[in-house]
Amino acid sequence: MFIEFLYELRKNKVPVGMQEAVALARALSIGLHDSSLEGFYFLARSILIHRESHLDPFDVAFAAHFRGVHADAKTIADELLSWLKDPAERPKLTDEERALLESLDLEELQRRFDQRLMEQRERHDGGNRWIGTGGTSPFGRGGVNPRGLRVGDFSGGRSAVKTADARAYQGYRSDVVLDVRQIELALRRLRAFAREGSDRELDLEETIDRTAKNAGELEIVTRPPRRPNTRVILMMDVGGSMDPYADMMSQLFTAAKRSTHWKELRIYYFHNCVYGQVYPTERFHDPVRVTDLVAECGRHYKLVMVGDALMAAWELLGAPTLAASEDAASGVAWLLYLREHYDRAVWLNPEPPRAWPGSTIETIASIFPMYELTLDGLSDAVGELVLGSRR
Amino acid sequence: MSTFTRFGGTERYLTNESLEAAVNAALALERPLLVRGEPGTGKTLLAEAVAETLSTRLIAWNVKSTTRAQDGLYVYDTVQRLYDSRFGDGDIRDIRHYIKLGPLGTAVGAPERVVLLIDEIDKADLEFPNDLLHELDRMRFTILETGDEIVAKQRPVVIITSNNEKELPDAFLRRCVFHFIDFPDRDFMRRVVGVHHPDLDDALVEQTLQAFFQLRTTRGLRKRPSTSELIDWIAVLKKAGVAEVKLDRALPFLGTLLKKEQDVALYADQLAGGKKYRS
Repeated sequence: MFIEFLYELRKNKVPVGMQEAVALARALSIGLHDSSLEGFYFLARSILIHRESHLDPFDVAFAAHFRGVHADAKTIADELLSWLKDPAERPKLTDEERALLESLDLEELQRRFDQRLMEQRERHDGGNRWIGTGGTSPFGRGGVNPRGLRVGDFSGGRSAVKTADARAYQGYRSDVVLDVRQIELALRRLRAFAREGSDRELDLEETIDRTAKNAGELEIVTRPPRRPNTRVILMMDVGGSMDPYADMMSQLFTAAKRSTHWKELRIYYFHNCVYGQVYPTERFHDPVRVTDLVAECGRHYKLVMVGDALMAAWELLGAPTLAASEDAASGVAWLLYLREHYDRAVWLNPEPPRAWPGSTIETIASIFPMYELTLDGLSDAVGELVLGSRR
Repeated sequence: MSTFTRFGGTERYLTNESLEAAVNAALALERPLLVRGEPGTGKTLLAEAVAETLSTRLIAWNVKSTTRAQDGLYVYDTVQRLYDSRFGDGDIRDIRHYIKLGPLGTAVGAPERVVLLIDEIDKADLEFPNDLLHELDRMRFTILETGDEIVAKQRPVVIITSNNEKELPDAFLRRCVFHFIDFPDRDFMRRVVGVHHPDLDDALVEQTLQAFFQLRTTRGLRKRPSTSELIDWIAVLKKAGVAEVKLDRALPFLGTLLKKEQDVALYADQLAGGKKYRS
């Protein structure tokens, strides 16, 4: 009976398996759900999911499976239209945003809205396509459209499906939001320790061993304390096409700066692509030559590139005329040079993966292991930096 | 099919359906219950409430960054034994004198069913939860030094809290029943306040709740005040005999609600920006 629901969950990227299924079956046979859908909702939620980032996909799956939220599609569409027709209710938008919004034809928007609802019915793949979670979708709360359309926000009533509909846990989805603290936590996994420096710590085991060998005459053994041993180079693309991601970048920057468990963190900036020089400040003063940087920082540094990797093909493949003649090489050559030098390197990209194929992103992704700049992507990237799965 | 005592909160600890469902699932399935949520939402108190419901004792294991999984089972006090061997106190030939059971070891070894609280598991090292997997699953372990095996007669109820400082490993999560404690809404909070301060004037309750929720929505706070801070704050207000809280004035005893200097500064800025102080 509930097996299909488990597959529904898996479609929503909630990893449920045998263990959860058996546990839930057992709980149901004991009658823990009190023979009510609401009881089942709470019971299933506590057994099937294990982290709060799955609460929202769970709600989506539950609503879709046990009633189908689409029954309300009509009301939502009406609500949306009336909102669009009433400019007074629009939240404060910048001129650019308003222009963008107005460039969308009402009918066109409604058509796309309906079409997306259809898609949702067929695929239930959650994530940023679903109307309501937004991301880059023009419909939704939170995301590119500031404030968004509060679609699917139900009040009152507490039936299980309504509870699921309310989707109170949207904020905890790990594939949507990044905040500084979460980034810090993801970065924390990068730490590694080594014993270095002077002998200041009592080595108890060794002391006992030696003392025992010494026929009980106490002999104290000391050792150097454990110290963080990770060195990181962070290179960030700023300006131009990266401007929309400035917030995200500053969060990443703050988190990286705050991480005290690294031995060394170097931050450099570049624009568009690396050409021979990078800059220690955001204002592009005091350039540092990449060759000098590579000479100074050995291959054990972990290199983290952040940028949208989106540029005109000539910007990547051609040599810039401005660079000093001796450093004149194409952007791609410089990227290859960096990649070759460092054992562990990743590229974090704020662009969603579906925008990657068929652009310079694809080319750069073939050089650097590339990850999306979301919490999931970041932890994958950190995993790559720690383990070095590819190459 | 077995019957078991259902958990439904206690006089001092209010619950809701979702929390009860999770606790009962954990009790029935004999799996650890993993509780997450904002600090101050009563994660630790839950263990006390469960112990009270089951009328059994609670064994608390407060995890610190230096805690190792082994410490929870038992500690072999080698230094004491070494000391005794040199200065001749105690029976050094019997290692058992120097084996001290940790909280998990005590819970497993207890003759009755006890509640074991593993508090703030995410504080420990990343590997910590994995090291506990086997013992939590089997509820038995061997003391290597003596070869004694300790097996649980009654599986202890295990409640684990986490503040989300670290991701917990999947293998560990799969074995747990999970519950995320929401931040209480206003009605629930009113009931919570009622439990802790039953004799409080209704108007004052409303004012404090108003002030509290308004403070929580202040943008940019580093540490938002939580339930326990609200309870403390009201206690202080009561002690000081404050009968009225005005939102457009500086809140009395702000220090009990905001714990960070930056937050207090932020609050002061906002207050100064309000209409009352605009000249």
